[in-house]
Amino acid sequence: MKLKPPSPSEIGDFLRESEVWKSIFRPGSIFRKGYKDTSRDRALATMNNVLYHLHPVKVKRHGLKLTYTFCLGGLSFFLFILLTITGIYLMFFYRPTADIGGAIAYEDMQLIRTSVFFGDLMRNLHRWGAHLMVLTVTLHMARVFYTGAYKPPREFNWVVGVVLLFLTLGLSFTGYLLPWDQLSRWAVAIAEGITGYSPFIAKQATFLLLGGVVVSPETLLRWYVLHVIALPFVTVLFLAVHFWRIRKDGGISGPM
Amino acid sequence: MNWEEIPKDLDAYQAALDAQLAAGTDRRIAEGRARRAAISAYRKAHPEESHEPAAATAAPAAATAAPAAATAAPAAAATAGTGETATPAAAASAAGPLTTPSRTAPLPTGNLPTPKKGAPDKHRLLALVPPEGIQRVEREQGDRVNVWPHLLIEEFVAMLIMFAGLLIYSTFVNAPLRELANSNLTPNPSKAPWYFLGLQELLRYFHPLVAGISIPTFILVGLATVPFVDRNPSNKPGDRKLAITLFTILFMFGAVLTIIGSFFRGPGFNFVWPWAGGVFFEL
Repeated sequence: MKLKPPSPSEIGDFLRESEVWKSIFRPGSIFRKGYKDTSRDRALATMNNVLYHLHPVKVKRHGLKLTYTFCLGGLSFFLFILLTITGIYLMFFYRPTADIGGAIAYEDMQLIRTSVFFGDLMRNLHRWGAHLMVLTVTLHMARVFYTGAYKPPREFNWVVGVVLLFLTLGLSFTGYLLPWDQLSRWAVAIAEGITGYSPFIAKQATFLLLGGVVVSPETLLRWYVLHVIALPFVTVLFLAVHFWRIRKDGGISGPM
Repeated sequence: MNWEEIPKDLDAYQAALDAQLAAGTDRRIAEGRARRAAISAYRKAHPEESHEPAAATAAPAAATAAPAAATAAPAAAATAGTGETATPAAAASAAGPLTTPSRTAPLPTGNLPTPKKGAPDKHRLLALVPPEGIQRVEREQGDRVNVWPHLLIEEFVAMLIMFAGLLIYSTFVNAPLRELANSNLTPNPSKAPWYFLGLQELLRYFHPLVAGISIPTFILVGLATVPFVDRNPSNKPGDRKLAITLFTILFMFGAVLTIIGSFFRGPGFNFVWPWAGGVFFEL
């Protein structure tokens, strides 16, 4: 008997019927053999996916209309993920040190721009993405206001959203200092000047924020830790509550 | 007050039900109309007692009847399915102290599931959940579509378009990197990131305690309290003229201040026309 080499479609079928494949792609996955475009499989596709199950199985049809949400919340979340990925990449090449005589942070910035594989592109994506995220979060808030989506039962989720706006600004501003160039150094000096006027706790607030009385290498380290771990951690917690409450409060608001 | 307890005219009920069913109305709706007819017939016949008990019970009944009926219906259905025994709520209220008043709903009519042959003629009570223990969200009946594929495709396309735009922009436009930070050399002008330039602009007009601390705090706290101040339940733009006007004014105020701070402020943070004196703005 002559053995014939299996055709690509036979290999595909064999793989898709294997126990390993079926354990990865749960029922309802569009990559699974036998996926049918039925209501049941569509529901399973949402429910059995770790990312998609943030969504309900069904949404109100008016919510699909682009001019209702402009996808602003989703795009803000996507930018947060993009900034996390590019940020992790940049962390490999950046040290938040700026002692007198050797500003390693600034030298690392120059190396990222000149020597690191895709370093310049990653930094540009991170920077422009961060500015864009401030914009999308602000516009998302405006959209929610104009559609009246903060009204009962969604009052608390609006408050969570305001906290997230504040955290977004905090993340952006702490990242602004990290290049340790004249632009970032003196942008932070303005914040330093304002903090100095806080009532009652001016000295303490300045010290807490800057790690000293003026912008210094301690400030750089402090803001770096805030930027790469402390604020993202808090933001993820609030994001989780934000998304969970959308569904608990009855899904997308409206129609108007 | 329950259907069982409420005074009513049963003859009127039967007459109205027969009439409705003969007219081809759905049985559930027909029963509802018949109940209403029975109660109003009784009240018409006994005008002397109609006001006193009704006033006493109207308020709590209106507040609780709707959720109670909604939650009790499945429980009653489960009971009915396993034989005509007492409802769980009734059993519990007889067995022990119950802080919430027991509520019963009329047994559902229509297609009741019949118990399987040979099934044990008893059921187990897993839990009693008072209606107040469930946070109910009105689930409007409406036009709903599957998230997959409709919503997910839309989100995916939006994401791709934005990522493509960002990638092209990042390929051709480099993020600024100026010379090394120098604490002894203040650049002129020195500006905050763009989203704080509105506040920096305010610093020109007010004391830092006002422009830098009071106003931002007021804005953040004010935003957070918006849903608790604006108690207007409508989300129609026509009903919300005041809210929309105020928000738009505030938003435009912030936008204009940010634009002035970004493009119309030059050395010394003094006013310049961007087309004459140049743009002093870096992202």
